[in-house]
Amino acid sequence: MTDTAATPAHFEASHDDAHHEADHKPGFFVRWFMSTNHKDIGTLYLIFAIVAGIIGGAISGMMRVELAEPGIQWLESWAGAGGNEALHMWNTLITAHGLIMVFFMVMPAMIGGFGNWFVPLMIGAPDMAFPRMNNISFWLLVPAFLLLLGSTFVSGGTGMGAGTGWTVYAPLSTTGSVGPAVDMAILSLHLAGASSILGAINFITTIFNMRAPGMTLHKMPLFVWSVLVTAFLLLLALPVLAAAITMLLTDRNFDTTFYTASGGGDPLLYQHLFWFFGHPEVYIMILPGFGMVSQVVATFSKKPVFGYLGMAYAMVAIGVVGFVVWAHHMFTVGLSLNTKLYFTAATMIIAVPTGIKIFSWIATMWGGSVSFKTPMVWALGFIFMFTVGGVTGVVLANGGFDDIVHDTYYVVAHFHYVLSLGAVFAIFAGWYYWFGKMFGRMYNEFLGQVHFWLFFVGVNILFFPMHFLGLDGMPRRYPDYPDAYQYWNEIATIGYMVMAAGMAVFFVNMIWSLFAGKKAADNYWGEGATTLEWTLSSPPPYHQFNKLPHID
Amino acid sequence: MTTATLSRKNRRSAFAALAIVAGMIALGFASVPLYRIFCQVTGFNGTTQRVEASAAANVQPVGRVITVRFDANTSPDLPWRFEPEENTDRVAIGARKMAFYRAENLTNRPVTGTASFNVTPLEAGAYFSKIQCFCFTEQTLQPGQSVRMPVTYFVDPEILNDPDIGDVEEITLSYTFYPVDDDAS
Repeated sequence: MTDTAATPAHFEASHDDAHHEADHKPGFFVRWFMSTNHKDIGTLYLIFAIVAGIIGGAISGMMRVELAEPGIQWLESWAGAGGNEALHMWNTLITAHGLIMVFFMVMPAMIGGFGNWFVPLMIGAPDMAFPRMNNISFWLLVPAFLLLLGSTFVSGGTGMGAGTGWTVYAPLSTTGSVGPAVDMAILSLHLAGASSILGAINFITTIFNMRAPGMTLHKMPLFVWSVLVTAFLLLLALPVLAAAITMLLTDRNFDTTFYTASGGGDPLLYQHLFWFFGHPEVYIMILPGFGMVSQVVATFSKKPVFGYLGMAYAMVAIGVVGFVVWAHHMFTVGLSLNTKLYFTAATMIIAVPTGIKIFSWIATMWGGSVSFKTPMVWALGFIFMFTVGGVTGVVLANGGFDDIVHDTYYVVAHFHYVLSLGAVFAIFAGWYYWFGKMFGRMYNEFLGQVHFWLFFVGVNILFFPMHFLGLDGMPRRYPDYPDAYQYWNEIATIGYMVMAAGMAVFFVNMIWSLFAGKKAADNYWGEGATTLEWTLSSPPPYHQFNKLPHID
Repeated sequence: MTTATLSRKNRRSAFAALAIVAGMIALGFASVPLYRIFCQVTGFNGTTQRVEASAAANVQPVGRVITVRFDANTSPDLPWRFEPEENTDRVAIGARKMAFYRAENLTNRPVTGTASFNVTPLEAGAYFSKIQCFCFTEQTLQPGQSVRMPVTYFVDPEILNDPDIGDVEEITLSYTFYPVDDDAS
C-alpha cells in the first residue's frame, strides 16, 4: 500500500528528543550570521523574501500610480530628469520589479524559506545534508540582491539603472545599454543562480539520502515531492541561464559577438537559451506552491489528499514537459508554421497534469470536513486564481492568437494570475499554515481573514482589467498610453491600493502575533495535520530527530 | 546507517548533481555551435544553403519568376561603403543567377571583413542556394580600394512544394559586413 502519505500513526513519535541539549542555541551572531541550522536558515530566507517583497511591491506601486492616468505623472520627478532619462527609469522599474519578485521574493520564500524549514522536518531528518553549503546558499543571495539594488545608482546607458526587462534580451542588453548597470544586474543573476544551484544540490541529496527509516519516496508528503521536482528543474535550467548571461557579459565587455548579427552571431540564440531556462523557471516558482496547497487542503479537509501518486507524478510530468515548450514565448520571432504548431500543442499538453492537480484538490475537499481557516482560504484563493491564469495560459498557448496579444497587457494579466496571485497566494497559505509551527505563536485569525479578503479583492480589481486592456491592444512596458485605455487603468490602480491595504493588515497581524500571539500547541490544526512536523513542539527543538522516527 | 556511510552517500549524490550542473553549463555553451549547425542544416532563421556547382548543374528553371531583393549593411565598426549594384532582380525559380555587390574601403589602411547573411521570409532559407559567394571567405580591401563582389545563386524548385513558402513573390537577400580582426577598429 503506497497510495497514501505517511502519517504519525505509521511511526513511533520521538518526543523525547525535545530534551535539554537539543535546544541549546549559540549566541546571536553565530546563530544568525554563521548559521548551519536548517530552521534558522529558513527563517533568514523568509525575512529576506519579505524585505525583497516590500521593495518589489513598492516598485509596482510606483508603476501603478504612474499608469493611473495617461501622460507622464511622476517619472520626471522620480528620475530628477526629463525626456529619455525619465522614460529610462520606467524600464528600470519594470526590470527591477520582475527580477526582484522572481529571484529575490518568490524563489527564496518557497524554496529557501519553506523548503529549508519543512523538508527536513517532513522526511524525519535532523538537518539538511550539507548545512554549511546551506549557509553559503543564503549568503550568496545577499550580495546578489545588493548588486541588483546598487545597479540602479550607476549608469545603464540612457539613464540610471538596468532597463532591459527581466528577460535581458540582446541587443538591448549588449550594445543598447552601455555603462555598468547591466553588468551588475547580470552578475547579480550569476550569484542568485549559484545560490539556487547549491540549494538544489542540497535538497536532492537530503531527500534521496536522509529520509527516516520507512519513509519511502512514495510515502513522502507532497510538499517534499514538489521541492524535489523543483530542485531538479533548478539543476537543469539555471546552468543554461548562467551560460547565456555569461555570453552576454563577454559580448558587452570582451568584444565577442555571440548575439550580434554584425559579427556572425544571432540575437535569437539568446532568446532560445533564456526561455529554455525561463519556462522551467515559472514552474520552479509555482511547484512548491502546489506542494504547500496540497498539504493545506488535505489538513483543512481532514482527509488524505486525493490521488496521492497522481499528484506526485503530475508534478514530475509538468517538470519534464516544461523543458520542451520554451518557444511559446517566442511565437512572434518568425518561427515556421510547423514549429509553432508543435509548441502550441506541447504547451497545451501541460494543461493535463495541471488539471489532474486542480481536480484532485477539489476531490480532496469533496466530502471532507472542511474548515475555512486563514491558510485554507488562501489555498482556495490559489486554486481559483491559478485556474483563471491557467485558462488564459491555454488561450495564449495558441500561436495564432499569441500573434495578436503578444507583449500586451493580456500576457501581463496571465502571468500575474499564475504568479503574483498563484505563487503569492500559495506563499501566504504556507505562511499562515506554518506560522505557529515556525515561531511558536499563533497569528490572529480575524486579521488573517481581513488580509485575505482585501488582498483577494484588490488583486482581482488590479489584474482582471488587464485582460481587457490587452485585448484592446495596450502594449506592456510603456509608462504612457492613449486616453482610450484610461478607464481600466484607473480601476487597476484602485485595485493596487486595496491590495496594499491588505498588506498593511498583514504586517500589523505579524508584528502583533510575534509578540502577543497565543502560544501555539504542537499540532494546532488537529487531526487533519498528519505530517511529521506536527509531532514536534512549536517551535520545534533546535535539533530535532536525534533519534530518527520510524515509519512502518 | 552510520554517519560515515551517510556522508559518503551524500557526497556521491552531491557530485552526481554537480555533474548534471556541469553538463548543463557545457550544453549552454555548446548551443552556440549546435545552433549554427542546426540553422545551416535546416535553413532555420533564413540561413541560406551552400551547394557545389556540380550538384547545382541538374537544377532546371521552372516557369515561375520571382523578385529577389538585395540588401547591404555594414557594422558600425567597419569603415566600408557596401551596396548592391542592382536593388532587385527578376529570377526564374531554378535558374542560376549572378548578382554583384560593390565594396569600398574608406580608410587609408588595409581592412579585412567578412559578411553574415540571411534571407527573408525566413522560411525561404532552406531553398535559397548559393554556389559562389563573397561571403564564403574573408575579404581584404587595400586603402581606398573598391571591388565588385559576386554571388551566384538559385532558388531551389523544391520551394514550390512547401506549403509554407511555395507562393512567395519576393525574397530579400541581406548581408552585413563586419570586421574580422581588431585592426579595423
